[in-house]
Amino acid sequence: MEQKRLSASSQWPSIRAITGGRIIDPKSGFDGIGTVWINGERIERIEPGTGGSIPSGADVLDARGMIVAPGFIDLHVHLREPGREDEETVETGSAAGVRGGFTSVCCMPNTEPAIADQGTVRFVLDRALTAPGRVFPIGAITRDRKGETLAEISEMVIAGAVAFSDDGSPVVNAGLLRRAMEYARMFDVPIVSHCEMMDLSRDGVMNEGLVSAKLGLRGIPAISEEICISRDIALARMSGARLHICHVSTAGAVEIIRAAKAEGVRVTAEVTPHHLTLTDDLIAREFDPLYKVNPPLRTQRDVDALRRALVDGTIDCIATDHAPHAWQEKDGEFDQAAFGMVGLETALGVCHRAMIESGLMGWPELVDCLTRRPAKVFGLPLGSLEPGAQADIACLDPDSEWTVTLDTLHSRSKNSPFFGWTLKGTVRSTLVGGRLVHENGHSGMPGRTQGSTFASHPAGV
Amino acid sequence: MPNSRAKQTVESADPTAGHSPGAPRPPENGGRLQIRHLLGLEGVCREDIERILTTAESFKEVLDRPIKKVPPLRGQTVVNLFYEPSTRTRISFELAEKRLSADVVNFTASASSVQKGESLRDTVKNILAMKTDVIVIRHPSPGAPHFLTRATDAIILNAGDGAHEHPTQGLLDIYTLWERWRGLDDKRVLIVGDILHSRVARSNIWGLLTMGAKVAICGPSTLVPQFFRELGIDVFTDIDRALAGGVDAINVLRIQRERQSSAFLPSLREYSRLFGIDAQRAGYLREGGMIMHPGPMNRGVEITSEVADGKRSVILDQVTNGLAVRMAVLYLLCGGQALSSREGE
Repeated sequence: MEQKRLSASSQWPSIRAITGGRIIDPKSGFDGIGTVWINGERIERIEPGTGGSIPSGADVLDARGMIVAPGFIDLHVHLREPGREDEETVETGSAAGVRGGFTSVCCMPNTEPAIADQGTVRFVLDRALTAPGRVFPIGAITRDRKGETLAEISEMVIAGAVAFSDDGSPVVNAGLLRRAMEYARMFDVPIVSHCEMMDLSRDGVMNEGLVSAKLGLRGIPAISEEICISRDIALARMSGARLHICHVSTAGAVEIIRAAKAEGVRVTAEVTPHHLTLTDDLIAREFDPLYKVNPPLRTQRDVDALRRALVDGTIDCIATDHAPHAWQEKDGEFDQAAFGMVGLETALGVCHRAMIESGLMGWPELVDCLTRRPAKVFGLPLGSLEPGAQADIACLDPDSEWTVTLDTLHSRSKNSPFFGWTLKGTVRSTLVGGRLVHENGHSGMPGRTQGSTFASHPAGV
Repeated sequence: MPNSRAKQTVESADPTAGHSPGAPRPPENGGRLQIRHLLGLEGVCREDIERILTTAESFKEVLDRPIKKVPPLRGQTVVNLFYEPSTRTRISFELAEKRLSADVVNFTASASSVQKGESLRDTVKNILAMKTDVIVIRHPSPGAPHFLTRATDAIILNAGDGAHEHPTQGLLDIYTLWERWRGLDDKRVLIVGDILHSRVARSNIWGLLTMGAKVAICGPSTLVPQFFRELGIDVFTDIDRALAGGVDAINVLRIQRERQSSAFLPSLREYSRLFGIDAQRAGYLREGGMIMHPGPMNRGVEITSEVADGKRSVILDQVTNGLAVRMAVLYLLCGGQALSSREGE
């Protein structure tokens, strides 16, 4: 699990201490003002209070007024490399991640070719050596993600894959998924399910409901997701495998997962920032493909249920499903456009609005959903500020606001549904392994992290 | 035609919004439309619909003249951008544009996904580079006309976007009813057929509700979205129950043969038996009631010839009215002031 980081990481300065901030470490339960001392790559200790010797110097970050949290962990991103480097690469995606406070991202295998053998896993890890953050590949369950035969799971585990998924599509063949779960259990790696019954959602482009009926767009019914979740939970119950449900989007799915957890099935679940905030009626405004995503944006009732499920722990963590797309794939007819939204850079502010501004959570709980809880789902030894832990740290300005525009996003693709939103909560600096990989002085987010420039977005957003 | 007969019974339906054809023009907005594009009838206000109806009535008189051409769109270029095969809608638009003296270009393309071929944005940019003013678009993707409003500065007129809306069809259907009744308030209109896939149904529902009519829909439960109940309309799956309460007009939709292969229907024969409008069912119509069909008809499937050709059928009037309504919409969107028949065009 330890990741080699290239000597190139020396391009980023080492940090010795972060002083004066409100330190939130969900794992130890610490929440108070203090200094985080770092020794090399690791946390040395947390020194509570403002007393004692206040260090200063070039390798000391003044975090007064900030929240100092473990770096965020995103279990679900698409980095598009290999194959669609015009949309994102391991490096640009990781850079977008650290700008958003994510020091670790787990990348899905729906690349071209798919991450479905040890060579491709090693390729992604190799590409990650120059990235500012940590990258954990998720291997495909089936060869080439075709859903026909098992991929070489063991070899990919050895190469460094942390979980297995055919994300983007479900494993349609239940018999094959059963074998995959039984097999994955030998290595105790999670099977990560994109749950959708293709017979029910085929050709659908948005949530099935009043809005789709009004717009004449083909619907994806909630039950398409719910039946598949039920099926996969039944298989997990039988096989004893660890099952992680991707991007839960419906109130009904929450109830199914809640019941399975109560029963003791080894199931975990994630929710995206966009499913915590957006609803299908946004599509009615002008059929903007920026709102097209799978699973689709649902209704306010679903949004409310997802928020509550995150609070009560039925949903384990937040994951972005960061899905970069070239503008031409999002610039045209709604039903022809690609599914997916970028999310790494907006996640914090959007989740702040969904969970903190709504009064459902405080900062410690939200930080927990982005750090300790996702780390636990995949068993990553990250997400805490305990002595000896990797010094992966996000310093957040909880009160500073920024507005999402083309210029403030640095992912290579700009397909965000949040243009024009003013978000509260800015990532001031990000440390990975004790090195300052991202820092910005202003809320406008011009930062040290390199990001691609994106000429002009013809949608004129 | 019922034109002159109806005029004698003119009653302004809504005194706050209405202006009967003979009344003075309302000063506000100069009789111009509030909408800039016609993308759908959802959200179009009653005043705008009434402006279109009275203007269409004026143009209808033009169509009865020996010289059927008027000059308001002289010098304007209209592109008919059709990504779907269409005969009658395209001809109707083309004729309407020519009657208004516009220069007309027809562009027929096969709809292609963004991955293959030229994107919709590029196609339209190319057309606009030739200095065109108005785009009439027919496209299989819902929202394609809305996309054009973001991508261009041209006036956009939706001639049918997938299953979403077909606003000029909705307007011509409403015109056909309005011309005879002079007001739609509390009239009961039943739309029968494949509501789920019908842009005609959606435009009719929005326009009729705005004009104060009571709307009911009826069809097989696989093809009638239950969600539409939330719009305050009655949803039936039993045609006889739908008719039992008394109906002033039945709008019979075309049933597509491919619905049979995609599991929405077991057979057209069964559809015909359950929902086909025959003389007996048409007999439930109230006094003065009308049978409408947007065409093209499958005689013997959704409607019998006896009904289609019967005395209550206004199916051919719809076609004539379509021309007048499209002239009115084009004229008004291009900045014309609403007309009423007393003033002439």
